[in-house]
Formats: sequence, structure tokens, C-alpha cells
Amino acid sequence: MGRLWGRLDDPTSDAGYDQHPPRMGFFTDTSVCIGCKACEVACKEWNEIPDDGYVLTGMSYDNTQELGADTWRHVAFVEKPVDVSVSSPVDLGMPGSGPPGTGGDPASDESGSDGVRWLMSSDVCKHCTHAACLDVCPTGSLFRTEYGTVVVQTDICNGCGYCVPACPYGVIDLREDDGRAFKCTLCYDRLKEGQTPACAQACPTESIQFGELDELRERADRRLEELHGKGVDAARLYGRDPEDGVGGDGAFFLLLDEPEVYGLPPDPVVTTRDIGSIWRSVGAAAATVAALGIAACAGRGRR
Amino acid sequence: MPGLGASFGRGGATTYLQDLSNADCILIQGSNMAEAHPVGFQWVVEAQRRGATVIHVDPRFTRTSALADLHVPIRAGTDIAFLGGLINHVLSNDLDFREYVAAYTNAANVISPHFQDTEDLDGLFSGFDPDTGHYDPVSWHYEPPENPTEDEKARMKEMEEDESEGSKDKQSHQAAHSEAHGSGGAPVSWKGLRDETLQHPNCVYQILKRHYRRYTPEMVERVCGITPQQFLQVAEALTSNSGRERTSAICYAVGWTHHSVGAQMIRTAAILQSLLGNIGRPGGGIMALRGHASIQGSTDIPTLFNILPGYIPMPHADQHQSLDEWVGDDEGKAGFWGNIRPYAVSLLKSYWGDAATPENDFCFDYLPRLTGDHSSYTTVKAMIEGRCKGYFLVGENPAVGSANGKMQRLGLANLDWLVVRDMQMIESATFWQDGPEIETGELATDDIGTEIFFLPAASHIEKAGSFTQTQRMLQWRDQALRPPADCRSELWFYVELGNRIRAKLAGSDDERDRPLLDLAWDYPYDDSAEPDSEQVLREINGTGPGDKALSAYTELKADGSTACGCWIYCGVYADEVNQARRRTPHWEQDQVAAEWGWVWPANRRILYNRASADPEGKPWSERKRYLWWDPDEGKWTGPDVPDFVPDREPGHVPESGAKGPDAIGGSDPFVMQTDGKAWLFAPLGVADGPLPTHYEPPESPVSNALYAQQKNPGRRILEQAANPINPTGSEVFPFVFTSYRLTEHHTAGGMSRTLPYLSELQPEPFCEVSPRLARERGLEHGGWATVVTARSAIEVRVLVSDRIRSLRLGDRWVEQVGLPYHWGGNGLTTGDSQNDLVNIQMDPNVYIQDKVGTCDIRPGRRPRGPALTSYVEEYRRRAGIAAQEAPDTEATSEEEN
Amino acid sequence: MALTSRIGDWSLLRQLRGRDSLGRGEAARSERSRTLRPRTVGADRVVDSICPYCAVGCAQKVYVKDERVVQIEGSPASPISRGRLCPKGSASKQLVTSPTRVTRVRYRRPHGSEWEDLDLDTAMDMIADRVIRTRREFWEWESEGRRTRRTLGIASLGGATLDNEENYLMKKLYTAMGAISIENQARI
Repeated sequence: MGRLWGRLDDPTSDAGYDQHPPRMGFFTDTSVCIGCKACEVACKEWNEIPDDGYVLTGMSYDNTQELGADTWRHVAFVEKPVDVSVSSPVDLGMPGSGPPGTGGDPASDESGSDGVRWLMSSDVCKHCTHAACLDVCPTGSLFRTEYGTVVVQTDICNGCGYCVPACPYGVIDLREDDGRAFKCTLCYDRLKEGQTPACAQACPTESIQFGELDELRERADRRLEELHGKGVDAARLYGRDPEDGVGGDGAFFLLLDEPEVYGLPPDPVVTTRDIGSIWRSVGAAAATVAALGIAACAGRGRR
Repeated sequence: MPGLGASFGRGGATTYLQDLSNADCILIQGSNMAEAHPVGFQWVVEAQRRGATVIHVDPRFTRTSALADLHVPIRAGTDIAFLGGLINHVLSNDLDFREYVAAYTNAANVISPHFQDTEDLDGLFSGFDPDTGHYDPVSWHYEPPENPTEDEKARMKEMEEDESEGSKDKQSHQAAHSEAHGSGGAPVSWKGLRDETLQHPNCVYQILKRHYRRYTPEMVERVCGITPQQFLQVAEALTSNSGRERTSAICYAVGWTHHSVGAQMIRTAAILQSLLGNIGRPGGGIMALRGHASIQGSTDIPTLFNILPGYIPMPHADQHQSLDEWVGDDEGKAGFWGNIRPYAVSLLKSYWGDAATPENDFCFDYLPRLTGDHSSYTTVKAMIEGRCKGYFLVGENPAVGSANGKMQRLGLANLDWLVVRDMQMIESATFWQDGPEIETGELATDDIGTEIFFLPAASHIEKAGSFTQTQRMLQWRDQALRPPADCRSELWFYVELGNRIRAKLAGSDDERDRPLLDLAWDYPYDDSAEPDSEQVLREINGTGPGDKALSAYTELKADGSTACGCWIYCGVYADEVNQARRRTPHWEQDQVAAEWGWVWPANRRILYNRASADPEGKPWSERKRYLWWDPDEGKWTGPDVPDFVPDREPGHVPESGAKGPDAIGGSDPFVMQTDGKAWLFAPLGVADGPLPTHYEPPESPVSNALYAQQKNPGRRILEQAANPINPTGSEVFPFVFTSYRLTEHHTAGGMSRTLPYLSELQPEPFCEVSPRLARERGLEHGGWATVVTARSAIEVRVLVSDRIRSLRLGDRWVEQVGLPYHWGGNGLTTGDSQNDLVNIQMDPNVYIQDKVGTCDIRPGRRPRGPALTSYVEEYRRRAGIAAQEAPDTEATSEEEN
Repeated sequence: MALTSRIGDWSLLRQLRGRDSLGRGEAARSERSRTLRPRTVGADRVVDSICPYCAVGCAQKVYVKDERVVQIEGSPASPISRGRLCPKGSASKQLVTSPTRVTRVRYRRPHGSEWEDLDLDTAMDMIADRVIRTRREFWEWESEGRRTRRTLGIASLGGATLDNEENYLMKKLYTAMGAISIENQARI
């Protein structure tokens, strides 16, 4: 009980829930993502998140740039040249896997543009099995829900910001002009009524799939097998493995390239793994609570 | 959509979105479906999951291309050359679905010996009048049948007279009429002489072969910039996935409609799909993807100048001065369109109620008459010239969304009054304050005499009503809230406006006021102080005899005992129930989902579904089973409503002289066509030729590689000082530009640039260019560029991307500049309007302009103020385009045809 | 609130009592988290609608509470959209509740340099007068000897996001006026 790293099949029980629903999660299959950003908007509409500023970044069609306090779903766009010489020109295989366009046009290099792939992927909080953000949160604002998800309780958060550097994925962030930490809740409120999270509900192509984590993992394994069968060797699952550095993600992905290509850390490790002793013992927790009043006053409205 | 209407008899998508999942191959061309119709695209992804091959042919590598199995870059505006190449590939390799083609198309029809093809006349068909730019289609007709009936003999005589004297009157109506084939094919005089062996040298099949034989893979490469390997990949995918066991679908959108040859691009697809046997069958068809919630609805129940509800043509002053003359062109011809009289009379009854009687031709004379083109762009020209003084803009923002923004704004500035109905303060309402011409000094606020009423509109949730979506489905919306403050629905506005005008004119004995005073205009308000829209839907559905709601258009009468506001929508209120409001969840139905909404005609999902069975009425294959003849029951059966006379036997041969629906043979699936066939060759109904032919866009960097005729000879030219055209092959304007939408925005932006959640996703106008063009012009990724045409210059940010490919046309390169068009001066994110660059030369069938043109592009921001005008003027001078100072002289540069 | 229940709420106490010894789960759950429900549950009514953007025709559900829209999302029942919406459809609530939405009549007099207020009733009356005037001024019984019975002085553009019922009445009224330059987005 109370494990901070390693394989953990039921983090929800580990967090003290006797009777609890199955662990819920996301499987984001980027091979069918069309980069429409419906997930970003549906998330914002449901969670009433402020806009993130109007900046043309020049990063392909990505103008929200990264996950943060005001962007809980973020679609990455990766334009990647394809070396035509090593791709079969008649490959009619899978989405994004073939050489778009050239079919081996000998003059293509002259055109200054070989074939291109356009990878799109909707990123989100991973709802880690071992969530460092939660582990370092001194106020008990971040907690594991009965669905095994990781949620910030904005009525408790004091904006101390410990969670921000703790996240191995750079997901959680403090909102300017508010000061508190925000991130994906996996639509905790909707889950309580058996509803689908807003992003997964909106996703036109079922790139974002929501469901029981065990079932999603099976589904993802089947999809991966299917893609490999079609010759899409680069397809891989990310965050699927319960043995990885965060004990597996509650929100995991099927990628068509190296994680780095999508801006994801290749081998994330829960940042609290190397803490020698459990600093937040019962005593520490008591001390934290004592500090809570002060911190809450100081924290709100900061930044 | 005359492209589909003239080919198959109805101007609507032939299939429904869910059915795309049954396709074995999907060709998306002239559409960026994943971006413009993301939710519809789920059915393409579904098909792909089931193993279908998805091909995207598009100038740019888009989000659709990213998911496609194959992306083929094409030079914008050359789709006919590519599709014509596919037709040639099919015909020269005998890859057509021969039994389907022989039975269900007009391939066997023998055409008049007077017909001359573009191969004979270097890019023109017989019948072209260079003075008017119109075709006389008389030489394109079917040869008469061997044993003509008396009726047919009379028509033969008429035709002979036409041929000897010419038929000027008919021609002048031809163009305006072609859109009237939205639900009823063009009326040919007879089913005509057929050679079922397809060997007759003048049969359609042989003409088609000759017409496209020079559209070889090498020619496709030279015109489109598509390599023979790419071309063959597409050809192989399409042909191997068509036939008895397999079907392929084609999806298009404004990438085809927005061209000076737009209707013909769609015709080319219609020919290809007919040859491959893909119409009327599951997983086949042509999916017209329309861009607005009710754009199909607004052509079915048109706010268009040349048609009335149900594609009944507006009367033309030359030919239609009585009810008989009006319906005479179509009446009695074979097929359901031959019953036009009851449809037309019932419409007049719904307009003028009791005042419409048999004695007064049911108030036919109350209908205003056309004399030519009264389309939007022509009307804007009339505004600039002071001939049109009052304008209603209802959910439209032409200052940003219409081609040649300057012309639009000059027109708006020269009105007496303008009513703008919108939810947000759009550029078309504020042009007098801060429009681009105010900046340049071409207009001054004080000088603009336009009186403007901005009336706030109700949103879609604040009113009840129906939209007709892209697959002809009417879906009802209930009202969720009352509109706030002064916001009102359009229904309220027009009911109220009508009430007030009628009250002010009450007692007038002026004959011209009779149509207003006699109008059936009694629309009660419901609890929310809005008119009861369900009552209007009921009027559209039709009633009678007595006040009973009708169930089907076959019940309509020509004696005045029925009224019907739109005959093709008859049945939407059957049994006094709003059928468009049906909401049976899909999990309680099969894929056809007949209990959700209501689809015209008669709730059919796949049109021409008789063609899903062979001539004997058996499914072509078990795999593609859809509708079949049940000999025991003596009727057609299957999951969908038969698009056929329900009990007509497969082998039925109509009696000689049969009229209307009685004349439909047992193997004539195209029941709206006078001959019951899909038209590979259009003997009538398409203004710019019976067969699609490659012409260059009005502005092109290259000469037409196929014919001496450079541009569509039938295109409509709008001569106006503010609408100069870049010369062909101009070194001053060496690049192609093409305009488009982004997923994150909606058309002219009034419904997206005003919303933070959409604005942040695409916050600024930009252009997309290839690395090669960026190098050539010194454009920096993320920096600014100025894009120039003879109309204007705009500044946008630069995205340099491998997704934009330089195309090689034989021995030369062509560069294309991509320009999304959503921005203007108002809203949360602002920028120059791309439409300011676009010229207006129009397709003669639908009066839609080309979204493609030529341009120059330079690094850096554009000049400001009056310097902008002189900057563009300098470009025109260098390109040899006549000076702008003479508004009434020909400003267009027509140095070639 | 009774003192005992307040103490029961105190996470530390729950942490000490329960299995969540690190205070990372059940023990850390705040009152708000425990009682949280989606705001759609409290809606006064749920109204069936259709997305107003493109022509796919995705079904929407509009949740209304206290005469305000609290949520618009896809309706899973639709055979076309199966509950899904694109970014525009997903932004529908923002569309209808936009703070920059104009809700009062605005009037610009000829040659004026500012917008002015005008009440709706007066505006409607003025528009009716202008229609009658322009119609008379630009009336045409004949053109080149052919009866036309029309006016080319009044034009209209709009329709593609309007309801069928609205388009129907527009065309009906304009036709009775004799106005024929009636166009919509289908042509643009």
C-alpha cells in the first residue's frame, strides 16, 4: 500500500478506495488523428478554460504550443520529410505511412520537397500510475480519484507550484492571474454520471478512445498488431507498459514514430522515485496541514 | 448542382455519408474532407479500417492527405484533365463495367451527325456563337428513334426548323435554365436511336472515346503536374475497386464547384463513376460535400435568382408568358419531371392561395420574369453602376466571403439602403468605417450615402426550424431559448416585413401591388413571439384537397386542389407529423437509418438505387446487394426506399407514346431523366458543352496543352473596372494561388474569428509556399509576405512547408501559393482578406467564379494607404493590363480566347 | 454544519483512519470533489438541435438551466455524427453566448460617421418604407417589349445557414415584390 514506483496494478485501491469502479483512461490512437482540434475546443467548452492567447507560432498548424494550465488537450503537428528512395512508391498501406505524393519522382529533390508525412497527435495528462505531481502536492489538492485518475482540487490548491517541476511530461502548470495549478481532470465530473469525457466524445475519428484501462490496453494491442500486419513497422504504444518508469499511463498512445518526434519524453520516470524515504509521512502531513492556512492565503492570486 | 443534375437527374449527393464506409476505394478530390467536414470524415476512416484505399488528389498536402493512403498533388484547376485521363484509361483498356454501361447509361445513344467535337474544332463544340459566348445545343441531340410516334415527329420538325434558323431564344435561356435540373433532367425530345453494341461511330461511347483519347498519362503530367506513375496508381486503385463485386466513391466540395468549369468538373466525375458502374450502389456514388448547414436546402428551396422551390425554373421573359409556356418545356416528357405542371400549379397555390385559380393561370402572371443573368456578381456590378439600390444581407459577409472584395465593397458603398442581419458586427456592415478602401482613400466615410440597418439575428438554438444537410436530409431543430433583446429569427423578420409592406399597401389599386396583396401570408406567432415554423414546414410539404397534409408528390394535382411549397419536400409532414424531427437512435436501426430525419426525395438514402440490381432485377453481387426485384411480391425491395416505380417489373417496356412516369422502362434507373439513363454525354442542360473538356482557369501561368482554346469559351465575363484579369503566362504574375478553408474557421469568419476558442487555434492569415518558392522569392518562414494580383495586394504570414510541392509540367516548374480566406478587419483575430485577390469570371451554368488565379509574392508587408493603390497599379501597368480609369470600357484583358 | 461532520471532512483524520495512509486518494478528496456532478445533470431541459456550421448536420444537445445555455455537445443518437463534433461545432456554446454578439439594432444614417441606436419597431417600419419606395422607383413592367413585371432595384444575399422555412418565406415574399436578384452562399 502507498507505493511510489514500480508495477502497481490497482493504484485506486492503493489510494485507499475499498470499493471503486474500474480504472478509466484514454487510448489516443494517433494513426487516425486528423488534427482537427475538436478535443481542444470541447475540453475548453466543458471545463470553461480561458483562451491561451492568439499567437501564430509557425509550428505547422499548432498554435497552442503545449499542454498547460489553459490547454488540457493539445494537438501536436509534426511535418517530417520522407526519404523517397527508401519508401516503396506503391505502398498503399496505412495512414501516413506511405510516401505522400511523389511516387519516386526522380526530380523531386529539385523541387526542394520530397515526400512528407504530417503526424498529428492529441496530447493530454497521462494520469500516471505513479503520479509525481500528486506525490509532491503538500496540500492534498492533487489526488487520485476512485477512477484511478489524477485530479487537481481547485478548492484546495494554493498555487505552491511543487507539482509543476515534478511532472515528467511537463503537463501541469499554474494559471497566470489565478495562481492555481490546472490540468486535465479526465472530466471527473462527467465520469461520475457515466458520461464520456468531452474530448473523447467530440473526437470525430475515434482517435481519442475512452474506457476501462484494461480494455483499452487490449484494444491498443490489437490495433498495434493490425498496423504491424499492414507493414507499419514504426507503430508503437507509448505509456502502455505497466513496468515503465511511471508504472504505465492512464492515458496512453499509439504513435507512428519515436516519442521525441511528438515532443514526448522517451523514457519518463516518476520524479519521486529516487526519494530515499517517504517524506510525506503522517507527521509531515500534519505539518503540512498546519502550514496550509498560511500557504492558502499566500498562494491565491499569485503570479 | 447542374453537374449532377444534368448527369443523373437530381442536383444532390447520390449517396449518404455513412455509406462511404461500404466503399472499397474513395477518391477525394476537390475537397479537403478531413478539414472541412471532420465528422463526416469518420466514415472514410471507417472504410479505411475495413480495408478501403483512400486517395486524395489536391494541390496541397492537407490533413486529409495525411490520412489518405495516397496523396497526389495536382495543379489547381486542372481536374478535368486528370479525370479525363482516367476516363481515357478506362475506355482504352476496356475497364468499364460494360453491362452496367450498356443498360443504364446513354452510351448506346446515337448523336446527330451535325455534332462536332472539340477534337474537330480545336477546343470548341459545334453550335458556339463567339459574339454571345453561348452554345446552341441543337446539334448535340439524340438521333430520333427509328419508328417515331406522332409527337416525336412533330418535335423532329421543330428541331429541323431550329437547325436551319438557329434558336436564339432558346440559347438565351439555356444558361439560366441549367440549374433547373436539380430535380429533373433536361428534357430531351425522345429516348432516341440506340446501338446496343456501342459500335456506331456516332454513338456516345465512341464519341467519348475520341473526345478523351489525347488525355494520356503523359498529357496529364504536362497539364496537371502528376507523374504517369502516380496517375496509374490512382487508375489502378479505382478500376480494381469497381465492378460487380466492388464499388468506389468520389467525394468533392468547392474544390470543384469554385471554378469557371466547375459544373464540368463534376460532370467528369459523373462520367467516370457511370463508366465504372458506381452510381446507385452501396459504397459507390458521388458525395457532394456542401459547406454550410443548409446550403443544400437553400438550393432545394432556393434563394437563387433562376429557380423556384423544387428546381422549378423562374419564368423567362422570352418564352414564358403563360402557365402553358412555362411548364411546356418539360411537361409530358418521360420520367417524374414530366409531371411538372402539378408541381408548378401547387407552388402557385401555396404562394397565392385562393387568388390562384384556373381562370387566371393560377396567378402565373404574378411571377417576375428573367431576361438573363441576375446572379450575385452581376448584381454587385449593377450596384456599382447605380442600377440596384436596396440590399439585404442575411447571414452573409460578402466584403470578406465573396470574390473580389473591393467590388463588393464598392457596391455596398453605392446603395441607398442596406439591411444586414447577423450575430456579430461583420465587415459588410462596417465597410464605411474602416474598410480597406477607407484606408487607401478610394472611399471616404462622409461620401458614402448608404443607409444601414444592422438587425441582430437569432442563433440556431433560439429558433426552431430545419436544415437540409449535405445528403439531402432535413433535420429539425427545436428552440432552446428565446432570442435575446432585439435578436430575431429570419422567419420573424420576413413575416414582419411582409405584414408591414402589405399593411402599407392595403387598399392600393395599383396592379403591380396585387402579388403582394393577394399573397397567402398569414403566419401566426407562437408562444415565444416567433412565427410558428412548423406551420411553414407544413406549407412547404403541401396540403389538399381540403386541408390535409400530403404524403408524397405523386399526390399533387394540376387543378388547383393541392398546394405545395416545394414538391421535392412533399412527405416531410406526412400524416401531420414533422418527419424531419424524427430521432430514432442509430443503435435501434440499420445503417440506412430511415427513421432519423427525412431525406428528399421520399426519404431515399441512395439515389437511383434501381441500378444496384442488374437489368433483370438481381443484385450485381451478394457483396453489393442493396435493392432487388421480388418476383413473388411483385415489387422492389431492400433496406432503402426504392428510387423507382415500386411495382414496375425489371423487363417492362413502356407503351409507345407513354408520358411521365408511365414512360419509365423497367431498366431505366434514372427516373428523373427523360430517357431514364445516366448521361455520359449531355445532349442538353449544360451550357458549356455536352462533354467536359480541359480549359485553363481564367488566369493561368501556362497555355492550354490540349487545344488552341485557352479558357472555357462559355464562361461569363464580368467587365468592370475593379475586376481586371491577369494575362495568361504573365511574368509579372508567375505563380498560381488557390484559396481554401481551415478546420478551425468558418467561411468569412463571422462565426469563428469572433470566438476565442477558435481564434486561438488559427490566429492569423497566412500563406503556404514550397521551400523552392521560398528560396526563389526570399520568403522567410514566420515572416511576412505580400501577395499581389491585378485586383489588390494583401499581406499574410508565411509558412514554408514540404506539404506544398513544386510541380513539374513537362519542361517547366509551377509554384502554387495556398491562401486560407477567413480573415477581415473585425473580430478577435484580424488580417487582410484573401478574397480581395480573387477575380470574377464565372461558370456559365451556375455563375460561380474561379477560386484559382495567378499572383506574385514578395517578402515583407504591403504598402499602406494610397501607396497600396499605386503599388497594384504599377503591377497592372507592368503586366500590360489596361488602366483602371475607364469603368465602362473593357477593362478585362482578353488577349486570347 | 455540525462539528463532527466537519471533522469527518478533514482529510488528515480520514487519512489516519482509512487505508489511504499517504493522503493521496480517498482521504484527500474534498467535499467539492465528493459532491461534484456534471453541470448538465442539473439542466432544466435538454433540447435537440443541429450544428449550424458545415453541412454534415451533426446532432447537438443543448442543455439549458435558468434560461441560459450551460452546455452544447454532440448527440450520440445521430446515425451521421454519432455524438461527435468538430472544433467549430464544439465551440457552439461560445457562438451563442459570445460577449461580442450584437443584440440591439444599430443604425447608420446616410453619410453618418457613427452607429446610432434605433428601436426595432421603427427600424422595421423604415425598412418597409424603403422597400416600397425602391420597388416603385425601379419598377419594370417590360424589358425590350417583353413583359417582366419586376424590380431589379432590390437584391438579397443570404440563406445557406438559414432554415428551409426562412428561405421559403424569403423567396415567397421577394417573388411577390417582383425582386429577382435573390441569391445565396450556394453561388459564392
